[in-house]
Amino acid sequence: MTRRSVVDVLLVLAVVALFAVPLLLDGGASEYGGTDAAVAEELEAGGYTPWFESLSSPAGEVESGLFALQAAVGAGVLGYVLGLLRGRRRAEPAPPPERGHP
Amino acid sequence: MHIAEGFLPPAHAIGWTVVAAPFVVHGARAVVKEVREHPESTLLLGAAGAFTFVLSAIKLPSVTGSSSHPTGTGVGAVLFRPPVMALLGTVVLLFQALLLAHGGLTTLGANAVAFAVVGPWAGYGAYRLARAAGAGLLPAVFVAVALADLATYVTTSVQLALAFPDASTGLVGALGKFLGVFAVTQVPLAIGEGLLGVLLFRVLTANARPELERLGVLQPTVAPGGAA
Repeated sequence: MTRRSVVDVLLVLAVVALFAVPLLLDGGASEYGGTDAAVAEELEAGGYTPWFESLSSPAGEVESGLFALQAAVGAGVLGYVLGLLRGRRRAEPAPPPERGHP
Repeated sequence: MHIAEGFLPPAHAIGWTVVAAPFVVHGARAVVKEVREHPESTLLLGAAGAFTFVLSAIKLPSVTGSSSHPTGTGVGAVLFRPPVMALLGTVVLLFQALLLAHGGLTTLGANAVAFAVVGPWAGYGAYRLARAAGAGLLPAVFVAVALADLATYVTTSVQLALAFPDASTGLVGALGKFLGVFAVTQVPLAIGEGLLGVLLFRVLTANARPELERLGVLQPTVAPGGAA
């Protein structure tokens, strides 16, 4: 493993740990409700009535599917671009200058 | 950071829409100009848009016991300057408002100001300051991406405090209350997003050097053969 990929792996692990550790330490005590919804509930409890409704509100299961779709489209495009860039670099005809072995 | 549909009083909804509109129009022009003058940018433009598309779809747990989502707007702001993100970010918000009932049309203006204007500009400003102070590319990217995320949520808190000042403690009290919900939860997410931004830039610096040099993110290296 090169030093470069070690750093990449460590970065990924740090991100995973950042979100996994609170979950594990918590032991299922928290609901992990969204902050957006929390504020909306608080405002409604304070007597505010929203004056406009969403044009279409997908049912819970459909909504999570659409969120997954959004993430999938984004990840797909990102993966496509990065793969293309990597393939392009590998296909470059000129060898890198630091390759000075006999 | 999505203020839900109908949750800003009409005057505020209209006001923020008026504020956001010129930024979005200017952003649309910036995107068209970029693609027309530099068609080779399209790939990275797609990557920047895709990064914010993925990240804003994922809700992540935080130490506060709430969950929230990152924004992903900092990467595009560093690569293409903030105006481009004003358009890309608003497209993401529109998608979520129309298909996911997340955010809304009446609050699109306010959400766009927070997500697509203030976040990217704060991130870009931090990036420029960090680079001017001698920071390397990756530390500067970390600061930029994390701050773009955090600044978005601070802006949302300010917008809500302006619309709903506390009966007894006024604007400041309300701001404290909303910051307590949004900003604290957001800190670990901003750090995580910063690390992901660094990871993406590591891949880009390895594989997209010509684009990054043209965008001014990397200094052009003069090859020993003189082929620059």
